[in-house]
Parts: sequence; structure tokens; C-alpha cells
Amino acid sequence: MTPPQNHAPKAHRAEPRIGFYVCHCGSNIADTVDCAEIARYAASLPGVILARDYKYMCSDPGQELIQQDIREYQLDRIVVASCSPLLHEHTFRAALARAGLNPFYLQMVNIREHVSWVHKNREAATAKARDLARAAIQRVRHHQALQPIRVPIRAEALVLGGGIAGIHAALLLAEAGKRVILVERQPSIGGHMAQLDKTFPTLDCAACILTPKMSAVRAHPNITLWTYSEVIKVEGYVGNFTVTVRRKPRYINEALCVGCKQCVDACVFKDGKFPDEFNAGLSHRKPIYLPFPQATPQVVVIDPDRCLNLKTGKCKKTCVEACDRNAIVFDQQPEVHEVKVGTIIVATGYDLFDPTRLPQYGYGRYPNVFTTLEAERLVNSSGPTAGKVRLRDGRVPRSVGIILCVGSRDHRTHPWCSRTCCMHSMKLALLIREHAGAEVTIFHMDIRSAGKGYEEFYDRCLREGIQFIRGRVAEVTDWAMTAKEEGHLVVRVEDTLAGFVRRIPLDMIVLAVGMEPQRDARELRRILNISCSNEGWFLERHPKLGPVITFTDGIFLAGCCQGPKDIPDTVAQAGAAAAEALALMDRGYIEQEPNTAYIDPDHCCGCKSCLPLCPYSAIQLDETQGRAFINEALCKGCGACVAACPSGSIQQHLFEDEQVFAEIDGVLSYA
Amino acid sequence: MPMPKPKLAIYWCASCGGCEEAVVDLAEEIVELLQSVDLVFWPCATDLKRADLEHLPDQAIFVSLINGAIRTTEQEEMAHLLRQKSRFLIAYGACAHLGGIPGLANQFSREEILRYYFETGPSTVNPEKAQPQPSYTCGHHTLTLPDLHYKVRALDQVVSVDYYIPGCPPTPTLTRNALKALLAENPPPPGSVLAPDVALCDQCPRKATKPLQLSFTRFQRPHLAPIDPQQCLLAQGFLCLGPATRAGCEALCPRGNMPCSGCFGPTSRVRDPGAKILSSLCANLAPKTAEEIDAVLDTIPDPIGTFYRYSLPRSLLRGKVNTSPTNHAS
Ligand SMILES: Cc1cc2nc3c(=O)[nH]c(=O)nc-3n(C[C@H](O)[C@H](O)[C@H](O)COP(=O)(O)OP(=O)(O)OC[C@H]3O[C@@H](n4cnc5c(N)ncnc54)[C@H](O)[C@@H]3O)c2cc1C
Ligand code: SF4
Ligand code: SF4
Repeated sequence: MTPPQNHAPKAHRAEPRIGFYVCHCGSNIADTVDCAEIARYAASLPGVILARDYKYMCSDPGQELIQQDIREYQLDRIVVASCSPLLHEHTFRAALARAGLNPFYLQMVNIREHVSWVHKNREAATAKARDLARAAIQRVRHHQALQPIRVPIRAEALVLGGGIAGIHAALLLAEAGKRVILVERQPSIGGHMAQLDKTFPTLDCAACILTPKMSAVRAHPNITLWTYSEVIKVEGYVGNFTVTVRRKPRYINEALCVGCKQCVDACVFKDGKFPDEFNAGLSHRKPIYLPFPQATPQVVVIDPDRCLNLKTGKCKKTCVEACDRNAIVFDQQPEVHEVKVGTIIVATGYDLFDPTRLPQYGYGRYPNVFTTLEAERLVNSSGPTAGKVRLRDGRVPRSVGIILCVGSRDHRTHPWCSRTCCMHSMKLALLIREHAGAEVTIFHMDIRSAGKGYEEFYDRCLREGIQFIRGRVAEVTDWAMTAKEEGHLVVRVEDTLAGFVRRIPLDMIVLAVGMEPQRDARELRRILNISCSNEGWFLERHPKLGPVITFTDGIFLAGCCQGPKDIPDTVAQAGAAAAEALALMDRGYIEQEPNTAYIDPDHCCGCKSCLPLCPYSAIQLDETQGRAFINEALCKGCGACVAACPSGSIQQHLFEDEQVFAEIDGVLSYA
Repeated sequence: MPMPKPKLAIYWCASCGGCEEAVVDLAEEIVELLQSVDLVFWPCATDLKRADLEHLPDQAIFVSLINGAIRTTEQEEMAHLLRQKSRFLIAYGACAHLGGIPGLANQFSREEILRYYFETGPSTVNPEKAQPQPSYTCGHHTLTLPDLHYKVRALDQVVSVDYYIPGCPPTPTLTRNALKALLAENPPPPGSVLAPDVALCDQCPRKATKPLQLSFTRFQRPHLAPIDPQQCLLAQGFLCLGPATRAGCEALCPRGNMPCSGCFGPTSRVRDPGAKILSSLCANLAPKTAEEIDAVLDTIPDPIGTFYRYSLPRSLLRGKVNTSPTNHAS
């Protein structure tokens, strides 16, 4: 994999022929630095054949100037004093290459960000620019010809998380002919969207649009679906990740089970006894269950914490008898698989804010305080109440209040806006009214309805008689102060539009709990070696220009794991992440900066000091030779080992000791 | 007519005399050596004088071995004289090579040193506060002494040096091999250190026991803790400088159950040996917080004397710039 050129013995160095260019950057640099003087000075230094100043070095004529001079004066080293190399190193390297010179014979001097933009005194700024130019000129003579490192990219992708984001990305990649492994932690894919009833603003049924996509995932020949599985280790680098996936035992042979549920009916538990996660705990399931009717795959699962046989070994195992396909396997063990993929799309979604953190709203204390997710299940015709909105004691609520921003836009909990609660609360308001005939009041700080058709939806709610009260609710209490409040929950709120504090008795309260990062986001971040914000949302490389790429090449983000968003934005982002991954995989390779470290085997003493230091595990010991060596494709050029090798046997391309010392000498010597 | 025997000179500057011993340590071979060369100057062992040297034509001496650092004007003069008279000038031993133990004096100004030794030192009784003077006139006679330079220098900081034989002192094997190499048809490239250019771990019998993670929680001092004779010394917490020190001694100290103190100096690739070993050790400290790290580093009582024991003048640090007004750097 190592291009041999990068390790060729250092060619005997003839006196270099250096070309020096200083850029005015319009007036950005020239206003503060005397560019003509810098060029004059540079021309007087040893090795410099010519020095020029020019208005815009990065412009086409500016680059052309360099190319012409290289040809005409046989220049073999180029120094450009201009802006940050972050901006234009690539530009000038390309110019060198066009003129037939190895692009790494370039050195840049940043006299804009480091000089003209931070200094006022022209004389002092010019003197500083002179010192920096001298350093670069001394350094560049030690530059080596290098080749960028080409790393091949595997054409397989791993999608982590099977919510709508992961499903959409996986299908796109599979359709484009890439092999996809979709890893979902729960027994079924679908994520939060599967739990929703209708979706705003069009009120189309969530299951109707999601289920076909779930089946398509299951059926697609290019998709391997691993539910009930988690990623426990990621090694390698862009194009060549090795991912270790742990598949939890569901005690069912997935290949044999057809989801007929004979076993569920036969279970010794006659009725469901344990809170059903899919219905947000509003109904009960058995130890053996199918998560929900459209679950994909259609394979039951046994809950080891509930199953009598798995817990105590004592059970009649009526389920086993009932299964005529012999699909129940009580001694199933966790499986660990290692897969190799080129790219990874992270689509692990969000968690919901735990409303017991705000005791003033009474969740968990008053039975008739619900969350919006519970409300979604209540209005759903395949939900625990078959779509009838009922209080916990079975009564039909006459009046319902929905409290917004529970755990959002609140400095005591989460400062961010969860972005979908205004909209899905209005959706639920309409649905609850439709299903229960109840009067619905929404308590809000602002209604945020930015989105196509969203403001119109708000309008519709206003027109159709949903009540809106503006104010952050102070508390929900069952302490009645008037006869009218007796037997009700009372919302105490400062109505900021009316300008006084109100007490509003209601039968049912729904808390619009906000989104928060998955509880294990930080752990996962470490496994994937990506960054997350302070709050725990995975961090995109650039909020505007790189919204789905991460700081780790080859790993992309889709959906709510990056921050709260609704389904349209989630799907758009999933499409973008798939496109980014495809672009990479279709090109087949990436080029990396050859700033890698290397060990001279004749010099290494095999002391192993460097081995534990590499954050990318790029260094290995060749046991037979007793020498360390670096896998160039893994090395990210951080330099940790270079500094630490006690015998100085590790060097780094582009940062060779002699280059760095020449630069230091240059900047410190007196002109 | 028989070939004239190559002429050899040996001289000492600021050194302890151990390097002279090292030549004598060639044992029976010294006789052989003395038969094969023509010893023209070796003040420590023979009665030849400076005048004898001055009478020789330039480059008449085939090889001169100079040990010791350069501290006095006399040492500097002799170094120049020998350079002029010799074809090959060899910095012999750690002090000539890197400045050596005398080089640690560069942590103090010349005045501080003189004051300590002639006035304030605990074993000094000198009520008149007399200090040595470069010249002293007594009646008609003027006596002179060489002057002290402000800083101690390695030999190549004073004259150009052809080869270096490292060590405190160099081992007989190394000395013998070096002389053989010089007499051979293709002498080594000028400027070489005549010892292998890998670190000492390579020759150390304990190497296999060096763990991957050192994770230092404290550093031990050899006279204060028992030393396991098999296990890697760093693994036991002793500051062994083997990984940062040039090989060539066959790991004499680790074999003798003592940590390497670095007398062979760094490999050719390292400019500042102390900084190098420090950055390696510090990368392997167990604690992660500043206070805990300080506590581990506090178990090293004399960092300069530990990490630059033989190399201070030749390192990037070179010495301490004293701020005391009496000191004027030379
Ligand atoms: C009550 C409510 C109502 C809503 N109504 C609407 C609506 O009407 N319209 C609308 O547009 N939006 C609505 N939303 C928002 C919508 O739920 C999200 O936009 C959408 O679900 C985001 O999808 P996702 O794939 O990013 O995340 P998720 O749906 O959270 O999916 C993430 C998936 O990843 C899995 N996962 C997590 N961690 C791991 C891991 N470590 N390994 C493997 N798998 C993992 C999870 O199990 C899950 O299956 C609503 C949200 C709520 C709370
Ligand atoms: S630290 Fe240097 S000498 Fe030691 S094993 Fe690594 S490369 Fe070799
Ligand atoms: S430079 Fe950094 S990434 Fe490269 S081998 Fe050394 S420690 Fe690893």
C-alpha cells in the first residue's frame, strides 16, 4: 500500500532553485505588510532564484505565474506567502503539479491570518512577515517529493439504527447496488416513527408509509438485516472499517420463525403481564411476543428477564410444543460477527425526555398525566385502546391540555428546541378531539411552525377550535380550590397574552416531552471515534456545508442522532448521507495527505515505547525482527509517536526533523 | 625500509582520568598497541612535553585521542595545537563527545562556582576569601594559571573533530575497534560516532521483559529500592535511559543491575537527548491530571542531572542563563 517513492533514500541535494511569491490579497495583506519589501528581502536569501509580489496569487493568472516561472527558470521549490494553507495549499500544490513539479515541494507562509489580520503596525508586521518568509525558505529546501496516499474504499456500507433515517439510507444504498448491513438494537426496525399514528401536517398514517419501506428492507437482496444487535467495536479507517457486531440471543431461530404467534398464544402466561415497550407501557405483553403487528422481521422474541424457563429453568414450555417449526432455541448464545465495510452511516435517533425530572407536572404521580408518545399510542387504532382515548380508569376525557416544551427550551433541563413538539402536539390535539370529542387546549411559549404546510396546519387548528394559551405552565395539581376544580387536574399558568395567572381544570394532561440524545450516545461516539456536542448530539463537520459528514472520514450522520428534527428533514438527511457515502464508494479510493510517520528499521531498537501511544493503533511490533513498523494507511499523522521515540527513529513526512529545525532556525535568526 | 609507524597522541582536558584508565584497560593489548604505533604525546603516562608537540610538523600525528571537556584556556590551546598536528582528531569519551559530567557546571555561572568552592562551601575555610587569579606577581616573578571559560564546551564546540568514541569511559572493545577502523583502508565517514546507531535496548538482555504499557506511577532510585536482576528496569520504575542512549557498551550497567545513565549519548537522529527521553517517559505516565502528573515527576530529584547527565553542553539547552548580575556569558 505504501508508495515506494515516499521511502526512497533521500536524493543527494543539489542547491535548490526556490521561487518566492508574496500575495497582496487585494488590500487584505498589502495594507499592513509591505509586500514589495518582502519580495526584495526574499530575493536576497540563499537559494532564492526569483521573488515576486502579486495582487492575487490564487487567481488563474497568479497560478499561471508560478507555472511559467517553474518552466522558465527550472524552479524546484516554491514558497507562497499569502493566506492560511487551509484555504489555498491545495490550489498552489495543484499549480506545481501542472508545471510538472512534485506538489509537496511547496511551502506556504500565512501572512494574512497570522500577520496582516492581527497586527496594525505596518513596520512590525512587515518585519514579522520577513521572519516567517525566511523560515519557510529555509524549510522548503529540505522538502521531499511525496505521493499522496491512495486508500481503496470497500463498497459495503454499515447503517447503524433502523429508524426511518436508517431505513431510508439503507434502501438508497442497496438500490445503488451496494451491500448494506443494517444493525438495529431493538427486535424490530421502525424506530419512533413506527409508534406514531398519523404524521403532520398531512395527517397521513405513519404505518401506511413506513411499513412498505420496512418490508422492502427485509426483502432487498443487498441488505443484511441484523436486529437485536449492537456494534461493540469499530477499527480501521475510511474505506476499511472492521466492525464488530454483537447479536443478542432472541431464543428463536430467525430463519425458521414465520411470526404465526402460536407460541405466544400457548405461553403459560395466559395474559400479557409485562409492560409493552411498543405501546409505551400502556398495555402488557407476555415473555414471548412479537413487538408489534408490522414488526420487521416478523420474528417473535423471548424476554430473558421474564421467561420462566430462562429465569428458573422450571416451565412446561408450552411454547415449544406449540411451534410446529421448532423455531424456539432456549440455548441460543450471543453471536459476535466481524464485518468489513467502507463507510458507516450513523442513524441512531433520539430518546425522549424523562418527564419525572419535572415533578411540578405530576407525571407518574397523577395517573392522567401522559406523554405525547403515549397519546400517539392511544389514538392509534391498533394501539392499546384500539384508538379510543381513555383515562387510566377507562373514563372518556372531556377536556385535555397539552403542555409544550417539557424538557425543551428550558435552561434547567435542555436549552434546545425539539422542533417537532409544536407540530405533533397540534396533530395530537386534532386526533384526540376526533377520537374522544374532547376540548383540547395547548399551552405553549411560541408555536413554531416553520416548514412546508406547517403554518397552514396551525391555522387549521385555530380555525377548528383548538384552544391556545400562551405561557409556561407553572404546575399541574389535583388540589382543587373551587368546586369546579374538584375531581380534575388543574393547570396553573400565567396567560401572558391575557396578563394574569389562570387555573384551568382539565381531565387529561399530555406532556410534549422533548428529544434528547440517546443515553448511550457518548459510549457510541467513542466506539465510532466521532465527536459529539456538549449535549450529546453527534457533531457534523460543518453546520452549513457539511451537515451529514463527521470529522471521521467515512462516517456519516442521518436523522435525529445529529439533532432534533421531523421526518421530512430526517429523510432528506438520510438521502444526503447515502449520497455522500455513495460518492466515496463509487470513486473507489481516497487520497490522503502523505503526512504519515515512518520508522527506519535499521534504527529502531524495538523498545516498544511508541506502541501504546498511537491513538489509531497504526504501530505494530514485528516480533521476529524486534522492530516496530507503522501501517501507513492507518497513520493519521498526529505525530505522537514521532515526539516520543526515545532514539529518534520515527520521522514524519512533511514534518521531518530537519525541516522543522530549519524553520525554527529561520524564524529565530536575525535578518 | 620498514613503513614508519603511525604516530599516536593522547591528551586529557576537563576529565576525571577514567578515559586514560580505559586506554590502560586494553590490558595486554596495550603492549601490542604501543608496538604498532609511535606514541608521541601522552602527558599522563609519559614524560613528553608540549614543546615536543610543537616541534612536530603539521598533520604529523596520525590520530590524537582527546578526552575531557573544554573549560580552561589551556585546554582550548591544546585542542587547537593537537588539531593542527593531527590527521584525525578523536573526541574520546563522554566529556569530549558531549561535555560530560563537567558540563553540568553549565547550570551555574563561573562566579557562582568559584564563590562556592573558595568561600561558601561547607568544607571551605578561607577567611581572606582568596580566589585563584590568572596571574600573580611575587617579587620579580609572575606566576600564571590558565583562565576559566564562562561555559564548559564539548571538544567539537572548540575545534573540528573527525570521530567520536562515546562512553564514560569508552569500553576497551570500542576503543580497539575504533583504532582498527581508522587504520583500515576505508575509514568510516567523517563525523561518525564510532558505535552502533541504535538505542541500547537492542543489546539489553532484559529487553524481552519490557512491557507495552509502562504506566509510571512513580520513579524509583536505585539505591533506595531492591532491583530485580531480570526484569526491564523501566518496568520496575527505575529511570533507565537505555531506550534513548546509543548502544555499544553491550548493556554493561543493566547487566550489572544498574539502570543506564546515558553515557553513550543519543543516537545520531536526536538533537536534544534530555528532551527526547522526557517526552518518551512523559507519554507513559499513568496519571492524567496535572496534579497527579506533577506528583509522579516530583519523584525525579534532579532532572537535569538525570536526563542531561553527560550531554548538557551539547544539547539544545546548553546550560542555564544566569540572571545574576555578576555573570556575563562568554
Ligand atoms: C410523539 C412524537 C410524535 C411525532 N410525530 C411526528 C410527525 O407527525 N411527523 C414528523 O415528521 N415527525 C414526528 N416526530 C418526529 C419523528 O419521530 C422523528 O423525526 C423520526 O422518528 C426520526 O427518525 P430517526 O430514524 O432519526 O430516529 P429514531 O426513530 O429514533 O430511530 C433510531 C433507531 O436507531 C436504533 N438505535 C439507537 N441506538 C442504536 C444503537 N446503538 N445500535 C443500533 N440501533 C440503535 C433505535 O432502536 C431506533 O430504531 C414525532 C416525534 C414524537 C416524539
Ligand atoms: S519508540 Fe522508536 S525505537 Fe522504540 S520501538 Fe518505537 S520506533 Fe522503535
Ligand atoms: S503519527 Fe500518530 S497516527 Fe501516525 S503512527 Fe505515529 S502515533 Fe500513530
